[in-house]
Amino acid sequence: MTAANLESMYQEIILDHYKNPHGKGLRDPFEAEVHHVNPTCGDEITLRVHVDGGKIEDISYDALGCSISQASASVLNDLVVGKTVDEALVIHEEFLRLMQGKGNVEPDEDILEDGIAFAGVARFPARIKCALLSWMAWKDATAKTLAEENR
Amino acid sequence: MKGLLPDLDLVRKDFPILERTFDGGETPLVYLDSANTSQKPQIVIDTMVDHLERHNANIARAMHHLGAEATEAFEGARDTVARFLGAPERDEVIFTKNASEGLNLVANTVPLAPGDVVVTTEMEHHSNIVPWQLATQRSGASLKWFGLTDSGELDLSNIDELITPATKIVALTWVSNMLGTINPVAEITRKAHEVGALVVIDAAQAAPVLPIDLASMAEEERPDFLVFTGHKVVGPTGIGVLWGRRAALEALPPFLGGGEMIATVSMEKSTYAPIPHKFEAGTPPIAEAVGLGAALEYLMHVGMENIHAHEQAITAYALERLATVPGVTVLGPADAAKRGGAISFELDGVHPHDVAQVLDSKGVAIRAGHHCAKPAHQRFGVQASNRMSSYLYTTPAEIDALVEGLEYVRSFFKLDK
Ligand SMILES: Cc1ncc(COP(=O)(O)O)c(C=O)c1O
Repeated sequence: MTAANLESMYQEIILDHYKNPHGKGLRDPFEAEVHHVNPTCGDEITLRVHVDGGKIEDISYDALGCSISQASASVLNDLVVGKTVDEALVIHEEFLRLMQGKGNVEPDEDILEDGIAFAGVARFPARIKCALLSWMAWKDATAKTLAEENR
Repeated sequence: MKGLLPDLDLVRKDFPILERTFDGGETPLVYLDSANTSQKPQIVIDTMVDHLERHNANIARAMHHLGAEATEAFEGARDTVARFLGAPERDEVIFTKNASEGLNLVANTVPLAPGDVVVTTEMEHHSNIVPWQLATQRSGASLKWFGLTDSGELDLSNIDELITPATKIVALTWVSNMLGTINPVAEITRKAHEVGALVVIDAAQAAPVLPIDLASMAEEERPDFLVFTGHKVVGPTGIGVLWGRRAALEALPPFLGGGEMIATVSMEKSTYAPIPHKFEAGTPPIAEAVGLGAALEYLMHVGMENIHAHEQAITAYALERLATVPGVTVLGPADAAKRGGAISFELDGVHPHDVAQVLDSKGVAIRAGHHCAKPAHQRFGVQASNRMSSYLYTTPAEIDALVEGLEYVRSFFKLDK
């Protein structure tokens, strides 16, 4: 991997989110809490969602892990809080498409905003899971919330 | 530098992969992940290719030239393993898939009952924890473990509470894959034998770097079982070894049933082959065993005493150099003489993944994560660490490259600002 590749992975935006994560910490109220780990490296996240009337009021989290996984949780918080669940699922889909695109996907900046900085990460198979950890946790927690509501 | 292999240049030439470069030849490989898996010398590659090209057949049951040659090569590899370990008897050498399978074999067959105790340690690889959790859960026995001191050694202060007449098994690693610690296995084995417990030694990290001579150990200090894995001793993947004392192996029931492990079979019942075949059901990894034989011949040719001295010299140098990097904290014993070839460390302010990623951009390959030793990481309050590990082909210049790489990591993540 060349220095240029390294820079493409560790974009300033990612390092900024890593140093100053948005929305970090566990907060009340919440309807669902999940704990996800990446078994290969041990990265962990505990994540709570608070949904009210179909709108995501809060995502709070406590996470241990590398810059990519931490920054990605911060970006998730930025992008998704304040959206409806349906809007958020669209963003989730687009982030997933970017991360699974092996670096060949042109991300939609209107949808992903800061999230496009992760395009470089998609080229490193070992790190894709780092970027997806919080997003998978969020999806899981949201599904739990909805299941709860529909009961 | 004292202790380095005198023919280090020649040794390196034996390992073709060490010539790998990245970025169109700009970045040479600096392989410091040998505790994860070692690289393979040409002789191992050639021996396996030759076996497949010229001698391939199934063993023990093929009545033709090739069958005889393959059987001879496979059983010859067993002889080599026996020599490598100084095993009292060659039939005490069982081929397995890896170290994990060897540990599972023992944990699955050794009789345990409620009230029995299995003792392990907090510094084990998951392979020497999980099989014992399963075995004790299944049998109602209980699992206890030695804790660790702050310097990363076994805390033996409560040995008399752990090793009692209720203790049936003491299973521990000879050399820690995370902390590097060399454990006092002779002392613990002696103690365990006083209460009649069986001792299982995980030598996955010891076999690559320590001379082992089972036959010359005092009877009371010789373990009952010992496992290691082929791919960490310059051999191929897919092959490992369980050595056990004849009496201990004979006392165990078979692990897997199938071809080759029987004496006779009727629909009602079977009788079993004598060791080692009793524990080798089915067609084994033949070419891999032959490759392992070549690997151990190679190590014995270089000399395990010499390899050990080389590792100690490199480890001492690495500890000294790592201490010069601001923010680096080494986990485990500070004294190289108490260590195997792995050094885990933290770099304050940068997660191990990010350290490993940036080092990789400089061609430096290390491991980042929990190294399959989560409890040991928990003990030291770290979620993950960086691990460099050396072997007989590692040069002081590669340690320098690591240290330069770490300086680059610090500047990349702007740690001084
Ligand atoms: C101390 C120790 N025990 C056991 C193992 C397991 O070896 P394998 O994965 O080849 O079974 C390893 C290797 O990762 C190890 O370092």
